[in-house]
Amino acid sequence: MRTARSRTSLVRRGLAVAAMGLSLAACQPGAEEQGAFVEINKDPFPSSYTPLESGITFITNATILDGKGGRIDGGSVLVEGGKIKAVGKDIAAPEGATVINAEGRWVTPGIIDVHSHLGVYPSPGVQSHSDGNEVGEPVTADAWVEHSNWPQDGGFIRAAAGGVTALQLLPGSANLVGGRSVTLKNVPGRVAQDMKFPGAPYGMKMACGENPKRVYGSGKNSPEFRPHTRMGNVAGYRQAWSDAQAYQRAWAKYERDYKAGIDATPPARDLNLETLAGVLDGEILVHMHCYRADDMGTMLDVMKEFGYKITSFQHAVESYKIADKLAEDGVCSAMWADWHGFKMEAYDGIRENIPFVHKAGACAIVHSDDAYGIQRLNQEAAKALADGRKAGVDISKEEAWQWLSLNPAKSLGIADKVGTIEPGKDADIVLWSGDPFSVYTKADVTFVDGAVIFDRNDPSRQPVMDFELGQPGEGDVK
Amino acid sequence: MSIMKTLMGASLLAMAAAGANAEDVAITGGTAFTMGGKGKVENATILIHDGKVQSVTSGGDVPAGYRTVDASGKWVTAGFMASGTELGLTEVSLSGGINDARASDAKNGAGLEVTYAFNPATTFIPETRIEGVTRAVTGFSSTKDMWRGQSAVIALAGDNMIVKEHAVLSLDMDEGSAEKNGGSRAALWDTVITKLEESRPNGDDKKDDDKKDKKPKYDSAKAAFDRLFAGEIPLLVEVERKADILNVIKLKERFGIKVVVTSGAEAWMVADELAAAGIPVVLNPLRNLAEDFDSLGTTGAAAARLHAAGVKVAFLPPDTNNTRLVPQNAGNAVAMGMPWEAAVDALTVNPAEIFGIADSYGTLEAGKDADVVVWDGDPLEVMTSPDAVFIRGEEVPLVSRQTKLRDRYIDLPRSPAYVK
Repeated sequence: MRTARSRTSLVRRGLAVAAMGLSLAACQPGAEEQGAFVEINKDPFPSSYTPLESGITFITNATILDGKGGRIDGGSVLVEGGKIKAVGKDIAAPEGATVINAEGRWVTPGIIDVHSHLGVYPSPGVQSHSDGNEVGEPVTADAWVEHSNWPQDGGFIRAAAGGVTALQLLPGSANLVGGRSVTLKNVPGRVAQDMKFPGAPYGMKMACGENPKRVYGSGKNSPEFRPHTRMGNVAGYRQAWSDAQAYQRAWAKYERDYKAGIDATPPARDLNLETLAGVLDGEILVHMHCYRADDMGTMLDVMKEFGYKITSFQHAVESYKIADKLAEDGVCSAMWADWHGFKMEAYDGIRENIPFVHKAGACAIVHSDDAYGIQRLNQEAAKALADGRKAGVDISKEEAWQWLSLNPAKSLGIADKVGTIEPGKDADIVLWSGDPFSVYTKADVTFVDGAVIFDRNDPSRQPVMDFELGQPGEGDVK
Repeated sequence: MSIMKTLMGASLLAMAAAGANAEDVAITGGTAFTMGGKGKVENATILIHDGKVQSVTSGGDVPAGYRTVDASGKWVTAGFMASGTELGLTEVSLSGGINDARASDAKNGAGLEVTYAFNPATTFIPETRIEGVTRAVTGFSSTKDMWRGQSAVIALAGDNMIVKEHAVLSLDMDEGSAEKNGGSRAALWDTVITKLEESRPNGDDKKDDDKKDKKPKYDSAKAAFDRLFAGEIPLLVEVERKADILNVIKLKERFGIKVVVTSGAEAWMVADELAAAGIPVVLNPLRNLAEDFDSLGTTGAAAARLHAAGVKVAFLPPDTNNTRLVPQNAGNAVAMGMPWEAAVDALTVNPAEIFGIADSYGTLEAGKDADVVVWDGDPLEVMTSPDAVFIRGEEVPLVSRQTKLRDRYIDLPRSPAYVK
């Protein structure tokens, strides 16, 4: 029934469009009557994010790390209209500004976590909430993680208390291709779209190594269940890219034919191949879970073979072994300060991974992949910085902050909007109680688009999620 | 009096310890914290002799024949202790060969002992000790039932690392255990109470005596329960929910046994009751997420609140591979309101008492094992690390598998396998 009706309506629409396009078609000899050109809506779940209300804020007497490697002692930041208006030593508070004397305190760009499963593996982590891995088959590029995001996860608030202003949600790493990621502003919303970072490109999660082969290979010894091995993993990626190329060609041909006046039938939409083709078209960024240096080395070649870009390797515990190659190919490494050893591919993790990647001139990012880690990424950067210095890598705190803001912003394609404290950028900033490289320092105030999303000293700016209402611990200090 | 007792206990233990050829060392010039986070001694001269702390004095002379370690401008503490790990029982926990901490098919949970599973050659012991953690409780993560064997205390260097083979009897009473053991808390508690009643001294032993000709069945678990009821070891109960913790307090009263709560997400909500019952709490102070319906009340302020109520607190590390991060956990407890001294106590003197090794470890007092760490700053700070680590008087080189990898790849050679 439904099929018949929709076919009818398609025909009707086709006729109408054909009538409108008659003069165009008539110009081309031998042209057929064409149906409407079918174009895929690339943004079917548009962001409905709107900033919270904000005023004019003037933070003064602060130690400012600008996020791109600079530092201003005794500096000021002026925020107006949700944007950074000015930063420096010699700026004054305009009329009507809320002035914050930040003497002894530090100001940084907000922390951006490129690897989070908040909302998709939320608290409480009960079975009903397990929405992060569409394990059904090895390639599920058709799954979009935003459709799993539960905005009521209290973890978002804990992250805000830790100075996180934006984050990328990724599907889990069971699959060769896990699906699309989504980048969020860390501001609570009623629906998932309320959190979507306006204008941020989509990402796509892929995974190397142990996870896919364990998930698909070890369950059933059936030929239907692949991959069983690392070489099976690579066969899987390459076949997927090859299929995506064929899909790209089919759509290109449709477009070509249509422009030539032919009443071409568009290819059937394949949501899986559509996302993969989006990567090949350069519109979707690849974030690939990959631990071992040799796995990364293989993937750099697969990337070149199919002409796409791996934006970042996630976890990347062995990036220090090939940091020069990663610098050359311009691939970021998103890393932990010290998680390692829990599986074979994490066995060679070292504490100096992040500073060694930095030292090689490659893009280093501190990430969490964890609902606790995301709450103190500043401490993760501090540990990595200290370990690097002890190994002779001379890095300043202001340089190290790039691992938390500018580099993640670049890897998410949002560095034109956030990641540094510069005039014109979104006022996503954190006022710290002191030096954020100390374990004793906490985020006093976290701002997103100039609005206070968390204030440690103001209970009215400490959001409570729906789930937390009426439960033990509601509204408590966390 | 107590010092004499301590000295006597320590000398007995010295026979078991490795330090026969330990050198004489003087650590000089540092700021020492001799009693956990307290007992501050400026310009301290710490003498180490025969594997033990010989003396700690301010500005004291260094006797002839002592090697001097200059700790000027540095902080000196007792080596830290992580109060719940699987160190030596697991190497690579996921798909990396056997994980001896996971005795999932072991039916006689209470009888399990660490001794037979412990691997002193694990790479995680050097990784951990070079960051100033010199002692750890190690035990099993699972068995087939709710009894999780007897955890041990280890020193992280030396020939005989297991310093207390039977430190606690471990019992899992959280939501997961209820699901596994009968599908309901009611079933779990029924099984546990029945077992404890049956194991009580002067209980129902006579049945066996009636069958005189029959050899009594060997039961390794019985030895564990005998230790528990003799007061030699506490029952370490992993439990999260307030209501369950109140039942654990009742359990202690009913059976007159020593009890320690571990994990304890909502323990702070019954802090006064725990203090009154003399039940210490071992916890990870970073926990502040409602991970399940057992832990809705969890907060990062828990350690501070428990301490303020008079509960003895010790700390868990994030996980076994990151046992070395337990000082960071303590630092975060301070950030959430716990006094610094109390947080250092929770890494030293408190676990020493809770796990029954206070006679030989936990403070820098004469006669104690010389677990001494020289730090390049505040040991709870994330950018601080040790410059020197002594365990039972032996200085351990600051080398691990990780540091070897670091040194091999620092300059990205073409074929690092040829680089020494």
